[in-house]
Amino acid sequence: MSAPDTEVPKPVHAPTPGAAARHGGLAAPLQFGYVAGPVIGALWCFTMAVVTCVAVSFATGRPLAPAFLPCLAMGAWLGFVWLPDGGRAPGPRIAWSAGLALVPAAAFLLLRPAIFGTEETGFWTGVVAWVLFGAASALPLARILQSLPFGSATRHEFEEAVIRFLTGFGYIFFTAIVFIPFYVMVMTSLKNQQQLLQNPLDFTIDLSEGWGLFRSYAELFTDFNFGSYLWVSFYVSVLTVFITLLFSVPGAYAVARLRFKGVKAFSRSILLIYMVPMIVLALPIYIIFSMVGLRNSIVGIVMIYPVTTIPVALYMLQGYFRGLPAEVEEAGLMDGLNRLQVIWKITLPLALPALASVSLYVFMIAWNEFLLAFMLLDDPSKFTLTRGVASLNSSEVPRQHLMAGSVIATVPIMALFLGLERFMTKGLTAGSVKG
Amino acid sequence: MTDIPPTALPPKGTGPLARREARLAWGMLLPTILSVSLVVILPLLSIFWISVKPIGLEDLRPPTPVVRESLRGDPGAYVLRYRIRNSSREKPIEDVVLRDTLPAEVLVRATPPADCEIGRESLTCTIGTLAPGERLDLEIPVELAGAGEDTAEEALEASEPAMSGTADNILTNFEFTLENFARIFDGDEFLTVLWATLFYTIFGTIGALVMGLFAAMLLNKSFRGQGLLRGLYLFPYVAPVIAVAFAWIILFDPFSGSANALLVQMGVTRSTINFFGERPLALIMVTVFEIWRYFPLSFLFILARMQSIDHDMYEAADMDGASPFQKFWYLSLPQLLGILSVLFLLRFIWTFNKFDDIFLLTGGNAGTRTLTVNVYEQAFAVSNIGAGAAVAVVIFFCLLLFSFFFFRFMSREEGL
Repeated sequence: MSAPDTEVPKPVHAPTPGAAARHGGLAAPLQFGYVAGPVIGALWCFTMAVVTCVAVSFATGRPLAPAFLPCLAMGAWLGFVWLPDGGRAPGPRIAWSAGLALVPAAAFLLLRPAIFGTEETGFWTGVVAWVLFGAASALPLARILQSLPFGSATRHEFEEAVIRFLTGFGYIFFTAIVFIPFYVMVMTSLKNQQQLLQNPLDFTIDLSEGWGLFRSYAELFTDFNFGSYLWVSFYVSVLTVFITLLFSVPGAYAVARLRFKGVKAFSRSILLIYMVPMIVLALPIYIIFSMVGLRNSIVGIVMIYPVTTIPVALYMLQGYFRGLPAEVEEAGLMDGLNRLQVIWKITLPLALPALASVSLYVFMIAWNEFLLAFMLLDDPSKFTLTRGVASLNSSEVPRQHLMAGSVIATVPIMALFLGLERFMTKGLTAGSVKG
Repeated sequence: MTDIPPTALPPKGTGPLARREARLAWGMLLPTILSVSLVVILPLLSIFWISVKPIGLEDLRPPTPVVRESLRGDPGAYVLRYRIRNSSREKPIEDVVLRDTLPAEVLVRATPPADCEIGRESLTCTIGTLAPGERLDLEIPVELAGAGEDTAEEALEASEPAMSGTADNILTNFEFTLENFARIFDGDEFLTVLWATLFYTIFGTIGALVMGLFAAMLLNKSFRGQGLLRGLYLFPYVAPVIAVAFAWIILFDPFSGSANALLVQMGVTRSTINFFGERPLALIMVTVFEIWRYFPLSFLFILARMQSIDHDMYEAADMDGASPFQKFWYLSLPQLLGILSVLFLLRFIWTFNKFDDIFLLTGGNAGTRTLTVNVYEQAFAVSNIGAGAAVAVVIFFCLLLFSFFFFRFMSREEGL
């Protein structure tokens, strides 16, 4: 072979398809359909039982709980029965399946049903829950196991089934963890103190109350000055966006297009600055503002916010400017425009989508900013929305108000996000080295 | 080989055009540089200064002489009285001088007390040193020149008396101490803080990456509702931290939280769990929150990279009979390694820097005090600004270390 000092390209691990299937390994016993099927079925069934119970409890407030062993027994049986036949004679399979059905049946009778409630649950809730649970267990399981043979499975078939299981599980898992906190937030804001204490799981709302449901919101706007907070947050964010663009557009253009010594050092220090934690800066800013008298003033906030966003915006914009064709600008220069005219008449119109992304991203940062507002603002007449919501976090304010405040802070940014998702996502990907 | 005539060489050095370009560039960067240095560099420097100063929260208000002016007495024997006080109970104020304008309605009757000079419509009194907490009354007999008492008082109040004096300001003097550092590195507490920081940063980062990878793989295929799910999965990151943090607190409330009610009802636990108040659990919970809130970010990056992987490779792998896991392990993962490591470094730094989330969830209690929370805790809860600044200095040096790695790595892994 070659001498040790010459560079040898690293050997690429050649995939050895089917090797594991032949040689066994850890997964060997699992690779028989009649083992893998019941295991996957049991896991799936248990997941679905938990999901059904959580969903029904959150939706109706009625108690419902999964039972571990009966769930596993039922799922294993389903997984066995659901394995495709592959054209073989169904006779013995039916006999086996019927025989094995005794296991979940015994678990059902001796222990308890796979999902069970109490007397409070009510008959119809139980029926609905069981229908949901049955459908959610059986139907997807048939799809998960559709290509898994009854006997020895190839690595392909086995992994296919595992991936289908993980995919189904993943969708449910992520949707649940994202959805639940927001659901709790919205529903809590629509209830009153007494309902909340009675049953923390009861998120049903009484639609006959009509507009009365929104009493927390009404109180926030009448008694807690939230109209003013909203307005302050809005104009502070808009001003931040404008000032940020005003500073970062020329800066980004210079970094992206012009040649000068120190351009690399500059862009690095921008990145570095943008990694300095806010709390480290907030402390001296608090001290300086206290001494100069800028604390507790919107002017102070508007001076600070843009500076925290300029590095991000500059970083995002220069990336975009680099991607624009330089030839167009050069043609403009040849035709007698100066640099600033080139930026104004050529670069900016071409960069409009990037400007939209950056603006949205900066708006989001300013709107969501909490730390500086919390440290620098004490006077309720000058609160931004986040500061206002933080002021609701006391034992004297009922928590449906706190949640209503959170909803008020969340809804505008969500509306912007959903309406302009394309720009927003681009902005997030380009700029979210910050977070 | 012929000699190239020297005229054909590119010009060396910087020509006038290049110089003009550089000037323009610096001109365009100037506003950014100025503002950033004012708000970032200056505070950073001052952090170093403050960290070696024995300074508490109360020292932020420097001692000042305070004065109240009033007109007293009966007709014919009016007295203009200035009550002067040192606002600080610890520090003296030197060279105190009072200046006031006297309106035309008020005439000084007799010779004023010593050290006061009376000019045309003006009064200057040299008071000298005010001891800590000292109070002092200065009375000047006056008569009213053809005006009622009320109008005279109004005229007096129209001009505020001005006080001046110099006091020793702890922020600007040259008294230094290393006590702040000694204090924050003190024994057990520092170890707890360090442990919380490391746990939170490492597991938060890795967790968010793994979850993001999982979510990206789920959505890396087109189906109906894919866009909807992608939007939904970004919610935790886009929503204001204050809203989601409070939603979590209420969801996991030990007395009336839905999570506890659910767990009790399902028989997982008998008594309710204080998720954000018990020692090991609180740290785990804030880490879980961090993962929950930032997995969307990794997910977005990883998905973008996944969608740009050349599809031919997978077809080739299919032809060779590679199984799904093998395709993931030998094709996708090596392709994603670059973005994963960049994300790891970035998220590591940002998780290390995170303050809001923990502050809102636990306030740094129950063993969740990370370095950043410690800055706030020392400066505002213990009212020791100097110690807070000392922690901030420690954070800054950690950051320098991280960014060194980051730039070493980034120059290899160009193009985020």
